[in-house]
Amino acid sequence: MASQAIIFRETNDSKGFYILLALLGALLALGALAFFTAEHHGHHITGMNNQVVWGLPHVFAIFLIVAASGALNVGSIGTVFGKKLYQPMGRLSALLAISLLVGGLIVLVLDLGHPDRLIVAMTTYNFKSIFAWNIILYNGFLALSAVYIWTMMDRKVKKFYKLAGVAAFTWRLILTAGTGSIFGFLVARDFYNSAVMAPLFIVMSFALGLSVFILVLHFAYAWTGRQLGDVVMNRLRYLLAVFIGGVLLLEGARHFTGLYIAQKAGVEHFILFEGGLYTQLFWVGQIMLGSLLPLSLIFCRKLTNNRIALLLAALFTILGGFAQLYVILIGGQAYPLTLFPDADVSSDYFDGVLNTYVPSIWELMLGMGGVALTLVMVTIGVKVLRFLPDSLSDAVADPHSK
Amino acid sequence: MSQNRVDEYRRNFITALGGAAAVVAVAPTLLLREAHAAGEVAAKPADQAVTNAKRWGMLIDVTKLTDGGAGMVAACKKEHGWGDEAHSSPEQQAHWARVVKVTDKLTHNSFSLPVMCQHCENPPCVDVCPTGASMKRADGIVQVNKHTCIGCRYCMMACPYKARSFVHEALQDQKPHSPRGMGTVESCNMCVHRIDNGQLPACVEAAPDAVVFGDLNDPNSAVSQAMKTIGGKQIRADLELNTGVRYHGI
Ligand code: SF4
Ligand code: SF4
Repeated sequence: MASQAIIFRETNDSKGFYILLALLGALLALGALAFFTAEHHGHHITGMNNQVVWGLPHVFAIFLIVAASGALNVGSIGTVFGKKLYQPMGRLSALLAISLLVGGLIVLVLDLGHPDRLIVAMTTYNFKSIFAWNIILYNGFLALSAVYIWTMMDRKVKKFYKLAGVAAFTWRLILTAGTGSIFGFLVARDFYNSAVMAPLFIVMSFALGLSVFILVLHFAYAWTGRQLGDVVMNRLRYLLAVFIGGVLLLEGARHFTGLYIAQKAGVEHFILFEGGLYTQLFWVGQIMLGSLLPLSLIFCRKLTNNRIALLLAALFTILGGFAQLYVILIGGQAYPLTLFPDADVSSDYFDGVLNTYVPSIWELMLGMGGVALTLVMVTIGVKVLRFLPDSLSDAVADPHSK
Repeated sequence: MSQNRVDEYRRNFITALGGAAAVVAVAPTLLLREAHAAGEVAAKPADQAVTNAKRWGMLIDVTKLTDGGAGMVAACKKEHGWGDEAHSSPEQQAHWARVVKVTDKLTHNSFSLPVMCQHCENPPCVDVCPTGASMKRADGIVQVNKHTCIGCRYCMMACPYKARSFVHEALQDQKPHSPRGMGTVESCNMCVHRIDNGQLPACVEAAPDAVVFGDLNDPNSAVSQAMKTIGGKQIRADLELNTGVRYHGI
């Protein structure tokens, strides 16, 4: 472990810290307000309905959960694959992973029709349900990440560092596959029941988690006046490119095969060509702004070592991932279920028509509350515990260690 | 269902066993009345679990439904009181059953049929439910336990027939025999309260000439005999869910 050469230190007391907390606190309060309002009035105040049953809160939640798993990647590369350069960032990586997961889960839980019955969900398991397995996977992930942090922070348990790292790494791959499988199990929804879903979610998690990590790392250092060199950032930059490419590849495979599977052709056509908002979100949001733009920001010669370009690349990757999840989740539900494959159907209950969904402000507030919770946890975490290396300047990061 | 209701079912079932009548095979055309008269839906005795000796199901002859099933849907609505949620949008209002018009793309031939929970033998809604609230009774009836449903709506995502509704608002004036609850998911429960009492489901009663109800496990039951004679198709048979609600004429 590289900690001999690296000094970890809590962030300083500063005005900025409190301003940031106040801002995030306001977002948290709005999220809480949204929750209590929906809890009191019922879900009729949301845009979700019996046709589009999962909405914006689920996009937020799944985004955060998926990113959580990916955020741990930086730590894993250091621990599991022994890359020294990444090791000093392991603590932050695990803290971010925990925070993202908690942020995502809270949104998921608070959107339940009966959040008060969380205890039921925690104690009564239907082991046939991938959802029940996910609850176990999420809890295990939190525990393993915490142990992983412990082995990094406490010399006494340092000998378990590698073991904890490998365990957390393996666990989170299963976890993300599990999250992807939530959709894979929906046999009747043509857009979802694809074997590509689980691997796609894993690669998505790499890209999204790393993007979040890059942004958090940069601002944590910039706002506390610490040094963060190009050696580290360039490593992350090219890693991000690889992950974005991976997502593109799997997405290509998923949509291309979808067009040729008779059952999926209808919904594929809808998403790719005729789906209005969803088609735009796919091509413009996910593909152009969310994938091609970051890739060009990363590979453009003139922008080498340009920090702003990297930050923008990370930001657009995040937006692209968000668009992607929106298309998968909402777009997939907007397309009607097929009751009779060779016939047109109609009813007084929206059979055979495209379902509409307009998210309400409450759902946005709830989702943003989850994001805020994640950031609060990170901000306080790095303040009270030694998560951040004092410096990640080029001299410290040591480009010559492998 | 809550433990109380489980117990209640148990108690009721004993009665059913006691009164269980011999099942008579009858001519398909007279099926339903005969079936009823033959006591296929016997009242249930107390203190015994619902067993898998029976599997309740129905055959709907679409060709005999002059209204496409609207009367059946109306009877269901009246029995359970769904669909009048004042604050919910039309998309949010509950629909345990609905009439779907189907027009063949090539021939333009059309027909209508009532679609409700199909009481699948292999129900996706039960498989996915994290808490087991979405459950299948031993006698094949699929329903939601309102006391353990956490309102995640995963079962709604999983159901191929859009048979389930989420209750989007607080409800007033509920039917005592069919309690509902904000924040939980609900669907057609084949009128368990009536079946356990030896009565036919409300929709079946509303269309006596078009629907045969009974025990699918018994080869001599009216419904089994009717299926043997005129067939009983499933919606989306390709999904291999072995539905308990079957149709003729689709
Ligand atoms: S029709 Fe839908 S709700 Fe009914 S048993 Fe089948 S999957 Fe479940
Ligand atoms: S909404 Fe209720 S019944 Fe449906 S899957 Fe979730 S907990 Fe189970």
